[in-house]
Amino acid sequence: MKILVAIKRVADPDNANKVKPAGDKVDTTGLEWKLNPFDEYALETALRLTEDGKNNKVRKGEVVVVTIGPKDTETQLRSALATGADRAIRIDAEDANLDGRLVARALKSVVDAEKPDVVLLGKQVVDGDSNSVGQMLAELLDFPMATFAATIKEEADGKLLVGREVDGGVLTLRLTPPCLVTVDLRIVAPTSVISKHTADGFKYAHEGVRFAPLPAIMKAKKKPLDVKALADVAGGVDNASSYGGFEPPPARAAGVKVADVAELVTKLATEAKAI
Amino acid sequence: MTDVLVVAEIEGGKVKKTTLSAITMAKQAGSSFSILAIGGPGTKAAAGELTGYGAAKVLVCEDASLANYVAEHYAPTVAEVGKAFGLVCATASTFGKDLIPRVAAKLDASYAGDCSGVKQDGGKIVYKRPMFAGNAFGYATLSTPIQTATARQSEFEAAAASGGSSPLEDVAKVAPGAAASRVEFVSLDAVKSDRPELTDASVIVSGGRALKEKFFEVLEPLADVLGSALGASRAACDAGYCPGDFQVGQTGKIVAPKLYFAIGISGAIQHIAGMKGSKTIVAINKDPDAPIFQIADYGLVADLFVAVPELVEKLKAHKAAS
Ligand SMILES: Cc1cc2nc3c(=O)[nH]c(=O)nc-3n(C[C@H](O)[C@H](O)[C@H](O)COP(=O)(O)OP(=O)(O)OC[C@H]3O[C@@H](n4cnc5c(N)ncnc54)[C@H](O)[C@@H]3O)c2cc1C
Ligand SMILES: Nc1ncnc2c1ncn2[C@@H]1O[C@H](COP(=O)(O)O)[C@@H](O)[C@H]1O
Repeated sequence: MKILVAIKRVADPDNANKVKPAGDKVDTTGLEWKLNPFDEYALETALRLTEDGKNNKVRKGEVVVVTIGPKDTETQLRSALATGADRAIRIDAEDANLDGRLVARALKSVVDAEKPDVVLLGKQVVDGDSNSVGQMLAELLDFPMATFAATIKEEADGKLLVGREVDGGVLTLRLTPPCLVTVDLRIVAPTSVISKHTADGFKYAHEGVRFAPLPAIMKAKKKPLDVKALADVAGGVDNASSYGGFEPPPARAAGVKVADVAELVTKLATEAKAI
Repeated sequence: MTDVLVVAEIEGGKVKKTTLSAITMAKQAGSSFSILAIGGPGTKAAAGELTGYGAAKVLVCEDASLANYVAEHYAPTVAEVGKAFGLVCATASTFGKDLIPRVAAKLDASYAGDCSGVKQDGGKIVYKRPMFAGNAFGYATLSTPIQTATARQSEFEAAAASGGSSPLEDVAKVAPGAAASRVEFVSLDAVKSDRPELTDASVIVSGGRALKEKFFEVLEPLADVLGSALGASRAACDAGYCPGDFQVGQTGKIVAPKLYFAIGISGAIQHIAGMKGSKTIVAINKDPDAPIFQIADYGLVADLFVAVPELVEKLKAHKAAS
């Protein structure tokens, strides 16, 4: 199976409360770049789908990662290569000049050229919080899609049985490749992704994503990383979203600590009038 | 002067309440709007409910093949109908978030997702979007001829019926593309509950990792006495203490009830992003330095396994007395 994984870096999401929105930008100075967690999960999913979980050093298929971003996003591509991806592609662009429609259009060109069986994305980038590129890309490709995937089981004939987390429960779809999946948080639980090479009932020992061993980090420096110009893959599409301004959310007034349950109930009844 | 199309969310022949938030968005963003009710058997009957909100028309596409929601089957019809409008919107439920961007690509439209506000400004629509886990609001405009958006349910009040009677008009299902032949609906395993829906509840009791296997045992009595919905942190969902669709947060459900209880939840940025719009927040945590206390109106430093049962008793007594 050949898998294309779209990945993007974000300003450290665990410190998102330190961003300074003002004027026409959100200042993220001082925040480290990290791989978007959902994209980390998409990469882990790709690796699980191209291996026998029992022997996960051997790749059964190919995993290609792609990002659209400036030169320094190659750091994230290299770490994806170290984690297990075979090849990387970077489409050169400044983050501020991108919107979901343009990203989807550029990724379509990459899919057309690479012809993967499965395209994997995160369900959302946690800085822009847009949650749209996968859906748009699937439509441009006329691919079936399963968004917000919590489980994937590859069946013997190569079809994917995908459990999607939806409001009110789990919706299961069966997709015939070529197809597209966007992954949700619980896709990295120990039994969430089972390839056809992996025995039923297999349980990954690690919770979450795997880490690159040191020798792999060295080897990743030699793996292929192609760079393309955005104009060559954008099909004439331009960024059509513009942000006229940013502002911080209103602060919440500081609360109080109550001494005990009795005081809590009294305050809820008389002060907050909430019960 | 935008004419807006609202895509109603219909499940099992019933209009979901989420639809009413998208109607509010349409009223604020445009000069007129219509509603598309698309779904399986029962859709037409359900659409009758939507004629009292001031829409120019209520368009109905009822087809047996649409009984279960699958984007590849819905998007072609929504896009075909949407062509005649300046904005196509729905509520940012998992239905709207799945469908609308797919429709956007069909219409070559840009998309403003999960908006917390919208206004008209000199002929343009300005979309207010929470970003960075709610730590920034961005004001976006889109320049494609057709625009698309989803409305955050907790930020767009449910539209109230305004009387009148919009005409119902049938529209034919548009034949889906190749993608539809490669996707098969297998099942929808619904989490059954008599409690209010999380995104619609006025009181929510949420539990975190600390609850362990006692999630329901400890929290249900409290939810019962308050008549509340049950929610959770990611950690509680990941560990399987409760279903995944209980998750409140940046990447789960965004809620803004009158009263929110965070019990055994530390208050990670991603959790706070989903509940800080609540009117009154109560936190119970044994760690006095837990970040949740920074945003809680009332914080109680205590062992939840002792405090919650006591709270249930005191609430019962309070109810009996009032
Ligand atoms: C991409 C991404 C998206 C995410 N999205 C979300 C999201 O949407 N929603 C979300 O919630 N999280 C989300 N998270 C996870 C988030 O970062 C936290 O890990 C999570 O919210 C922690 O859950 P918790 O507070 O239950 O667990 P913990 O952080 O482990 O906190 C448990 C708390 O319980 C307290 N405690 C323990 N025992 C007791 C006791 N007996 N009595 C009282 N208190 C006790 C402890 O003091 C502690 O504060 C996301 C993470 C990532 C990476
Ligand atoms: N600039 C980008 N480069 C590569 N992939 C991206 C980019 N932006 C978004 N994606 C992919 O699309 C997913 C959803 O992003 P979004 O719709 O922006 O929230 C992400 O999780 C990535 O997989």
